[in-house]
Amino acid sequence: MLLSLATQEGIIAAEHIPADSPLALRGMTVSYGEKPAVFSVDMTIQEGAMTAIIGPNGAGKSTLLKAALGVVKPLAGHVTVFGQSLKSQRHRIAYVPQRASVDWDFPTRVLDVVLMGLYRELGLLRRVRRAHVEKAMSSLDRVGMTDFADRQIGQLSGGQQQRVFLARALAQSADLYLLDEPFAGVDAATEKAIISVLKSIKDEGKTVVSVHHDLATVRDYFDHVFLINTRKVAEGTVGEAFTEVNLHKAYGGRLATAQMDQLNLAAI
Amino acid sequence: MWLDALTLQLGYNATLVTLGATCLGVAAGVTGTFLFLRKRALVSDAISHATLPGVCIAFMIMVALGGDGRNLIGLLAGSAISAWVGLLCIGWLTKTTRLAEDAAIGAVLSVFFGFGIVLLTIIQNMSAGRQAGLEGFLLGSTAGMLWSDAVIIAVGGTLTLLVVMTLRRVMALVAFDPGYASARGVNTDRIDLAIMGLAMAITVVGLKVVGLILIVAMLIIPPVAARFWSDRTERVVVISGLIGGVSAYLGAAISASAPNLPTGPIIVLMSFALFLFSMLFAPTRGVLAAVLRHLRFQRRVHMRQGLLALAQGQPIYESYTLRLLRRSGLVQADGVVTDLGKSRASKALRDEKRWEIIRSDQALEGAAALYDGLRALETVLTADQIAEIDRKIGGPQGVTP
Repeated sequence: MLLSLATQEGIIAAEHIPADSPLALRGMTVSYGEKPAVFSVDMTIQEGAMTAIIGPNGAGKSTLLKAALGVVKPLAGHVTVFGQSLKSQRHRIAYVPQRASVDWDFPTRVLDVVLMGLYRELGLLRRVRRAHVEKAMSSLDRVGMTDFADRQIGQLSGGQQQRVFLARALAQSADLYLLDEPFAGVDAATEKAIISVLKSIKDEGKTVVSVHHDLATVRDYFDHVFLINTRKVAEGTVGEAFTEVNLHKAYGGRLATAQMDQLNLAAI
Repeated sequence: MWLDALTLQLGYNATLVTLGATCLGVAAGVTGTFLFLRKRALVSDAISHATLPGVCIAFMIMVALGGDGRNLIGLLAGSAISAWVGLLCIGWLTKTTRLAEDAAIGAVLSVFFGFGIVLLTIIQNMSAGRQAGLEGFLLGSTAGMLWSDAVIIAVGGTLTLLVVMTLRRVMALVAFDPGYASARGVNTDRIDLAIMGLAMAITVVGLKVVGLILIVAMLIIPPVAARFWSDRTERVVVISGLIGGVSAYLGAAISASAPNLPTGPIIVLMSFALFLFSMLFAPTRGVLAAVLRHLRFQRRVHMRQGLLALAQGQPIYESYTLRLLRRSGLVQADGVVTDLGKSRASKALRDEKRWEIIRSDQALEGAAALYDGLRALETVLTADQIAEIDRKIGGPQGVTP
């Protein structure tokens, strides 16, 4: 299997690819210029898990996510989604980009942004019907933003903007959710709202992968972690992989021992 | 004369020009909106300047082949090819070198235009070139416009418009959130190319009427003006088309009403007039609306501060605050506080204390989030809730507004 894969795809597969993984990356390398941001990374996401991708600034967390989605073109690497090609399974993935990646003065309403989640159903020309609007509204309801449907997006607070992005992903009724720092710069109420939505998604048997920054909440929010610092450091359940040794490997000296102590790390 | 022009009574050629220009104006306004939303307004300037060498080379080729060189379709085809080459140069420069897009645009624009001017000079020294009237492509010339020219403009404009309407949803998606669009499987490079290609089509079609130097104004001014009127993409698109159409119609008609008035510049001035009007008078985003909002806000702040100062017996130094209080009958001319002033002041002070309670009470977090020091408490809480807070404050009850 390993050999045949390597010859067929022309890649060097370090691990064999489980067919049931919602997202599996093999030998993923992404480079901006001539300095790799992500180097030969293997990642296997467990179905139905909530996985945090963690690592220091500039470790390639967002890049890894974008490469998995084909948003940035990897230099090398192989992606499978639910055991098949990205192209054939793309509709099962909902992506929540970083809030800062768009211009919030763009002339569009909250509802219109959520309707973008129905892009596949609407296509180029189909008219927006009541059923579409209802679907969008129920997504807004899940994130507690129905009152804002008619607002211009620039009038929202950072946390509200993030919830709108999440609603857009929900409208898509996907099986795999990829989020890029959903908690960056949001208020406590929004953080609570987002995590409860994510947990409800997980309870429906869906898979959640999120780039995460706050080590203090990893244990509360997630059950799996993937540690990266350009290269893969570790992956597994929080109990197995979220350890002092691995964090030292990923962050180097940037994490003080005092901070480590507060994280209730798994015994080594 | 003016009225004749506006009602298309000014003869065959003027009518032809006016209708052709209007069609172009609508198409340019609609197409330009997506260029504007994608923040690529400057690219259209490069595209239009890059058409000139193509026009000249096409003319030379047609003359060399024994034609008269002025065939509009031939000239436009030439302009389209060289604009496309210019576009590819910009794309190549930004992708493979470390040049930023604006620098690449500047380089391509000036080099292509300079080259075009050199060719134009050569053509004017050719025997066939003197009457070619190619310099009309710089600022547009509608004097000798033919029926076939008008048809080309109308058909080209309409076709462009159709393509834009077909692609509008995906172009808006890419303009708003390219990362998300690409995650959904949209080929964003191809959509960007489509946006540029459509702008190029408008440029080429509009060369004859407004000329290559000013066509960028027809693509960019209408959407910028339309943005003042709406916060919704579809409406901005429609309004921009309207502004483009109206300004082209007025501009072409006016330029036809007097001899030697250039069409392109007048169309641009018309759309600038509409832009100015939009900028000043648009309801929420307009300058006037913003100034009024600010003045109203300032007034409320001064009023509030004045009332709080009165309630606490503090002196008021701000002359604007004093004037406001006097004008509202809260303070007499001699500086004595009126009864109305006293009751309003004590209400303001009490509200301030109420807010203090609200902001320290976890259960009232929602209301506390609305605190801005100005809002009337009654719009935030029910009478019962206010009474409850008053019980907590203690002291005299039943202070009414």
